[in-house]
Amino acid sequence: MNGFSLYRIVMAVLAVSGMAQMPVFKRYHIADVPGLAWTADSFLTFRLHYAAAAALLFWLGHRLVRRGAASLGAARVALLGMLFATGAARVIENLPRVAFPPMAGRFLDWTHLGAAMAIGIWALTSVVRKNVKTPSPDRDIV
Amino acid sequence: MACNLLIRGMLNTLKPQSRITRRALFKALGIGGAAALLPERARAAALPDTGGEQATLLDLTRCVGCEACADACREANAARFPEPRKPFPQMLPSGTKPEDFSDRRADTSRLTPYNWLFIQRAQAQGREVFIPRRCMHCQNPPCAALCPWGAASKYPGGTVAIDADICLGGAKCRDACPWAIPQRQSGVGLYLDLAPRLGGNGVMFKCDRCKDRVAAGGTPACVEACPNGVQVIGPRPEIEALAREKARTTGGHLYGLDENGGTNTIYLSPVPFELLDAGIEKGPGKPHLASVADSMAPSNRLAWAVLLAPLAGAASVFLRGARAVVRRKEGGDERV
Ligand code: SF4
Ligand code: SF4
Ligand code: SF4
Repeated sequence: MNGFSLYRIVMAVLAVSGMAQMPVFKRYHIADVPGLAWTADSFLTFRLHYAAAAALLFWLGHRLVRRGAASLGAARVALLGMLFATGAARVIENLPRVAFPPMAGRFLDWTHLGAAMAIGIWALTSVVRKNVKTPSPDRDIV
Repeated sequence: MACNLLIRGMLNTLKPQSRITRRALFKALGIGGAAALLPERARAAALPDTGGEQATLLDLTRCVGCEACADACREANAARFPEPRKPFPQMLPSGTKPEDFSDRRADTSRLTPYNWLFIQRAQAQGREVFIPRRCMHCQNPPCAALCPWGAASKYPGGTVAIDADICLGGAKCRDACPWAIPQRQSGVGLYLDLAPRLGGNGVMFKCDRCKDRVAAGGTPACVEACPNGVQVIGPRPEIEALAREKARTTGGHLYGLDENGGTNTIYLSPVPFELLDAGIEKGPGKPHLASVADSMAPSNRLAWAVLLAPLAGAASVFLRGARAVVRRKEGGDERV
């Protein structure tokens, strides 16, 4: 499996487990579909999101040192950076004996959600673009 | 540029009176990964902490079940009780039901959005024990960690509260809470202005340890109203020491010190909690008294993996490079 496939799989796991943080799978009866009950398990999807984030950040650390930020493109680096900054700060806030002011926590949640949605939209447009012109090996990794 | 804006926005949200300073936030963002490398004590010093948690001790040997505390809670918080708009929005997809306690405001037999504290009763070892129940104010509250919208938060000082202006009523906090403490009232809150039929279902309510009263220099209403001094509130280390000392001298039993990784509500009982748990009525709005494992422990372990992952990823490049050099060298040696 090459690095890009791994990146796509991890991003998909992050998207699904991230969406599961809002209780939408239960509300929209997706968790009632046989085999998908786990999508309504709050703790499982929470831990899955952490585990996938660790995998993505490992990949990012490796990639940035090996090939430099330019290999990812400025926009992607900015979006992933925003996801990382807000996600990491939230992970820290979730630790025992750590508390941020509630407004800061809220700001982190909303910015994280916004950045994730921006990456999702970008991924969709990149798929469309891919169908229009032949991609370079790096263009379609979002 | 975007990062700059993000950080500036974050700084602007920090209230001047907050215990967490801008410096502390920078520390949190910048040192997160590095702090993961530190031993526990140094790590605690590197991160913004809860700023000296307050805890309460409830001495059940003193409680006579008069309900003065519950009455005081209702009186002190009456202005914050939900006034739902009816009829409730027709939810989509169908099957999502509203939860309505507005016609049962006088129900004091359980936790409701209109009753944030109630008294449980148990017969055990030939005596009747009364147990005031409300939010435990966990030290690492899963309700706040798993709230996706930032409505449930732990405050510096150890209080855990849900902001009724922000909450969408998805009830994730109740699912995550080992005691299912927060209670939902439909027909109120932000969801009515966003997508009343498609998302949200009201607002979650629970004890917030009278945080506004306390911030104004007061004492929680239930603590103040009790004629028997059942509850004492103070810095957690002192309350913990007092609880242990009382348990030792009276042969009593403690609950809350380790439950769910530690809570800021400690019960002292003359009878073992397994007996109390067996003796109380349990169900929706009527929490158990069983021992509870730390529900955040697995994610806390993963948290350090998340924070260290970028460093590990970067290190893997150097390791790979070093291995290649060694291999090349070994290959060269073989050729010689
Ligand atoms: S008892 Fe439940 S609602 Fe209260 S802080 Fe703990 S997890 Fe949250
Ligand atoms: S601390 Fe305040 S909100 Fe909590 S139960 Fe007591 S009176 Fe009610
Ligand atoms: S007011 Fe005091 S004695 Fe009365 S029920 Fe509450 S805690 Fe018990």
